[in-house]
Amino acid sequence: MLEKALIGSRRYWGWIFFLLAVIGVGFIFYLRQFSYGLGLTGMSRDVSWGLYIGQFTFLVGVAASAVMLVIPYYLHDFKKFGKIVILGEFLAVSAVTMCMLFIFVDMGQPIRIMNVVLHPTPNSIMFWDALVLNGYLFLNIVIGWTTLSADRKGVAPPSWVKPLIYLSIPWAVSIHTVTAFLYAGLPGRPFWLSAIMAARFLASAFAAGPAFLIILALIVRKLTKFDPGKEPIQALGKIVTYAMIANVFFLLLEVFTAFYSRIPGHMSSFEYLYAGLDGHGKLVPLMWVSVVLAAVSLVLLINPGTRRKESLLVVACAAVFVSLWIDKGFGLIVGGFVPNPFERVTEYWPTMPETMITIAVWAVGLLVLTVLYKVAISVREAQLESGTDSSH
Amino acid sequence: MYDAGKILIGLIIFLAFATYPFYSNMGKAVAKPEPKLDTPVIQKMEVKKCVESKEFMRAEHMQLLNQWRDAALRRGERLYKASDGRTIQISFQNQCLKCHSNKKKFCDECHSYAAVKPYCWDCHFAPKEAKR
Amino acid sequence: MSISRRDFLKIAGLSGLGIGFSATDLLWKRGRADAVEYMPSPKGLTAKRWAMVVDLRKFRTEEDYKRVIDACHRIHNVPDFGNPKDEVKWIWTETFEHAFPFQRNEYLPEGIQEKKALLFCNHCDNPPCVRVCPTKATFKRRDGIVAQDYHRCIGCRFCMAACPFGSRSFNWRDPRPFIKEMNPEFPTRTKGVVEKCNFCVERLAKGLKPACVVASNGGMIFGDLADPDSEVREILKTHYTLRRKAELGTRPSVFYIIGGEEDA
Repeated sequence: MLEKALIGSRRYWGWIFFLLAVIGVGFIFYLRQFSYGLGLTGMSRDVSWGLYIGQFTFLVGVAASAVMLVIPYYLHDFKKFGKIVILGEFLAVSAVTMCMLFIFVDMGQPIRIMNVVLHPTPNSIMFWDALVLNGYLFLNIVIGWTTLSADRKGVAPPSWVKPLIYLSIPWAVSIHTVTAFLYAGLPGRPFWLSAIMAARFLASAFAAGPAFLIILALIVRKLTKFDPGKEPIQALGKIVTYAMIANVFFLLLEVFTAFYSRIPGHMSSFEYLYAGLDGHGKLVPLMWVSVVLAAVSLVLLINPGTRRKESLLVVACAAVFVSLWIDKGFGLIVGGFVPNPFERVTEYWPTMPETMITIAVWAVGLLVLTVLYKVAISVREAQLESGTDSSH
Repeated sequence: MYDAGKILIGLIIFLAFATYPFYSNMGKAVAKPEPKLDTPVIQKMEVKKCVESKEFMRAEHMQLLNQWRDAALRRGERLYKASDGRTIQISFQNQCLKCHSNKKKFCDECHSYAAVKPYCWDCHFAPKEAKR
Repeated sequence: MSISRRDFLKIAGLSGLGIGFSATDLLWKRGRADAVEYMPSPKGLTAKRWAMVVDLRKFRTEEDYKRVIDACHRIHNVPDFGNPKDEVKWIWTETFEHAFPFQRNEYLPEGIQEKKALLFCNHCDNPPCVRVCPTKATFKRRDGIVAQDYHRCIGCRFCMAACPFGSRSFNWRDPRPFIKEMNPEFPTRTKGVVEKCNFCVERLAKGLKPACVVASNGGMIFGDLADPDSEVREILKTHYTLRRKAELGTRPSVFYIIGGEEDA
């Protein structure tokens, strides 16, 4: 099937080469980081994780969100998702690829990466994270590819995929739970030390992932002959709505605990992020953009009239995505490190090379996504032409 | 065969890349590595013998170094009782390199020949640097 | 005879596995000469649980702190980058209110809030850094010292996020050009690894007390916490001491005497 990715329009190839060029530029910056060290980034002794780990965390959520299509379709027999489940699964493949690359570019000694396998350490959450991420990547590639090729031939998928599909559901939950455990079990970081972290991660994931998927589905409809359909998009819209409400609710629970208890350590990161601390407030404007976007998106999503209009739904989804990207891909990580263990403020802002490397990793993800979507959509388009539509 | 021309061109390009190391080195004589042992400390030794036999050291020195590292660092066992009964202080920098103070002629001689770049020197001082 | 592609692949896979297993077996047995033994040096100082008491009353002038910090940083080849972003440090000072944020109290005797404390790795009995390390590059030795294997560290910095005491530094770039005088007896570190105080394991193995203790003129006392007759236990019995963030349950092995009558 992969050969379908080699036949495409001029616009398709233009996009592919654009992504390759972005990757090339980022790779040159990575080579510089490789030889100079991570000092090329904005990270420091006090803020020792930054944009890379933030992106990793955010994208684990995007990857996990494929389950929001798998559950309705396979567990509740919600037939309307039949043709777009594959879009979710392939999005997961692309997102997990980016996660792994973000971990890799964040390593001080990347050539020693196999030490994690050579000296397996089950008491480290990082060990489990590597395990579940690799497993999830494998599951989604196998499931997505097998079901799509069966679909192409107009036959039912082989019976051995079903157990894998069922396994992928708790597995998706596990990748984001384990990722939350990276943070939620550290004694000296009160901002992260919260039992609701994993639940909040899942809520934000199930909002941001499907929001991105809606945007992708609309792009697919515009650019190709395959129409994901109005109803699946509306169903996804409802998922985004509930998940976003849950996410904001969970965030407010954190705010309550911190500010009603008035324990300084629990309040100070929030103060730094949303108001500034000791005269430092680099992230304040960004965090308020996130708040405003979250509010706008909730208004548009909760009101059925606006949610049903696709033109407004897509605005709401973009708002959800950007809001959560700021909140989770940036604020959550930096906020955990500010103030530092001595209650002093050291600020962080990504440098130019760091930003370029980040963009390049995104470009790799988009390239993987483009190629996989091209294959999936070519299969769907062929079905339309020959009229062999097996999903109904 | 369909697309025979394209396949053949592809094969030729592949072969050109795959055999690059062979034809690029063809005809070039590379001297056989001959690590030197003539350092002042070794010359003063009555019995010129390393921790273990020459053959063992030649084949296994990297494994031995790894074991020494784990013993000293992790278990705090900084003495090594060699197979001939001698007891030797474990330290790469303060033991191995005290005799083998000629990094270029001893370590690099074979390492360069075999094109391996051990990362010892990122942290441990090469003997020359220490003299300065 | 003909074999199908399927059978061929099966046989190829199995033989591959077989070769793989025999190769690991070979690697396992390699590198061991007969009848060798490893043992600790008889000259070395040993303990069940090393610990330190820092008597801040003995640190009166800037010079008192500097002498100790320099002694450590010089013998361990700790670089001085001259900027906070790249900073690497094993032992340093911080005012009381920042070193003990939970003990902040504006009515403390005069001078205590601003009094500088000497900070370094606490060598916790229950160290979060060891718990989170994905490669066992950082580990707790049997004598309680939390040590770091720079050969194995992959530079993920999980330990830096986990340490509640800010004891760990990362080599954001090559440290060598920033080491003023090199101590050829001790290695440097390389870029991309985490480092911290090691309670001078290399000196203990030679029978010497940690460099900071020697340089402190009695301001730092080192000994075995598990031995009821040790000097540290004597001091802990007769003085009120504080540990940093003890409420987090990491059980630090570094104790501080802040103020009061000086009787020693």
